[in-house]
Amino acid sequence: MTDTSVLEATGLGKRYRRKWALRDCSLSVPRGRVVALVGPNGAGKTTLLHLAVGLLAATEGEVRVQGETAFLAQEKPLYSGFSVAEMLKFGRLLNPGWDDEFARRRIDELGLSLTSKVGKLSGGQRAQVALTVALAKRPELLVLDEPLANLDPLARHDVMRGLMGAVADTGMTVLLSSHVMSDLENTCDWLIVLNGGRVQVSGDIDELIAGHRVLSGPVDEAEAVARRVDVIETVGSSRQAALLARTEPVPLGPQWTDRPVNLEELVLAYLRRPDAANLPRPTLATA
Amino acid sequence: MVVFHLDRGSGVATYVQLVQQVKHALRLGLLEPGDRLPTAKEVVAELAINPNTVLKAYRELEREGLVAGKPGLGTFVQRTLGGASFAEHARLRKSLNGWIVDAREAGLVQEDVEALFSSVVLDAFRGGERTA
Repeated sequence: MTDTSVLEATGLGKRYRRKWALRDCSLSVPRGRVVALVGPNGAGKTTLLHLAVGLLAATEGEVRVQGETAFLAQEKPLYSGFSVAEMLKFGRLLNPGWDDEFARRRIDELGLSLTSKVGKLSGGQRAQVALTVALAKRPELLVLDEPLANLDPLARHDVMRGLMGAVADTGMTVLLSSHVMSDLENTCDWLIVLNGGRVQVSGDIDELIAGHRVLSGPVDEAEAVARRVDVIETVGSSRQAALLARTEPVPLGPQWTDRPVNLEELVLAYLRRPDAANLPRPTLATA
Repeated sequence: MVVFHLDRGSGVATYVQLVQQVKHALRLGLLEPGDRLPTAKEVVAELAINPNTVLKAYRELEREGLVAGKPGLGTFVQRTLGGASFAEHARLRKSLNGWIVDAREAGLVQEDVEALFSSVVLDAFRGGERTA
């Protein structure tokens, strides 16, 4: 494992009976990144996360994680009969590196009472308590499976603010899965796209965005343009074609326009083209 | 202190938006040498964005010599932007305002004025890149 990565998977695969949930998964998560793991339902996201934190054993290949890891499962397991204080005590007893002062301060800053019963809290407050328990382990890698699922927009924003604040404080690495792209734009800086149990894209989000463009122009000229660039997806009407392409800005005819992509367009284009891949290449390889 | 905002649908990278907002504040005199920029933690707590994005924006501003990071203290403005003093700004704003009144009287609407203005700016500065 290199110094700069906290998680490394090599040829990782998991089979349930005869069906592979994850296959040939090789990737590296650089330290200090906030990594978005995206893909359709059934793509293998939860399987990959469970393998990473050791809740599942790999069928083939290996995954290695460096340092303390905390995992926040999708169901945010909390005991509804427990008070917030009892939840923290539970965390303290189970985790040698537990930072109790941090946990209590965070609960206080959230405006929550230590005596409240977890079952009586709102969905957003429960998510915040679960996040507090995960953060108080002082992990180097925090893994979250759909942390914002079932939360209202205000709670989503608050949980994200809390998470980003913790990243700013500690420099920890975060790996989170989601299928809501708008939650990931601006919060994540590394993208991993899983599709059909395979890694399709892995890379720095700014570089991916800068490396792709949408070119629009007359449909009868689209083929000629498509020969000059690496087209991921073509959307066309009878007159106009839009090509999402992996390309630098290129000179185009007068009827063509060229605009940047956003993260959601980029991800959707790759998901619709499972044979297209964008993975780190050896540095000497040509584009 | 500068207050950042995000235009999420703009297609402009978030760190570029932050860089532009600092430059804008410098040009308008809202930020002056010695002023401290908000810490990454402060920006993140407000906007729920990745702290690395804030640091990337600050590195870019540092590279351009506009701000400097002092370890443990924060990031501070080093110099202002804009070719003229703020007194000059006030004078130019007044004469531009006069021109816009003139344009409206001639029947131009806001879009016409903006298009004409950008076109003249483009013509005037083409070839000779004089300002930062």
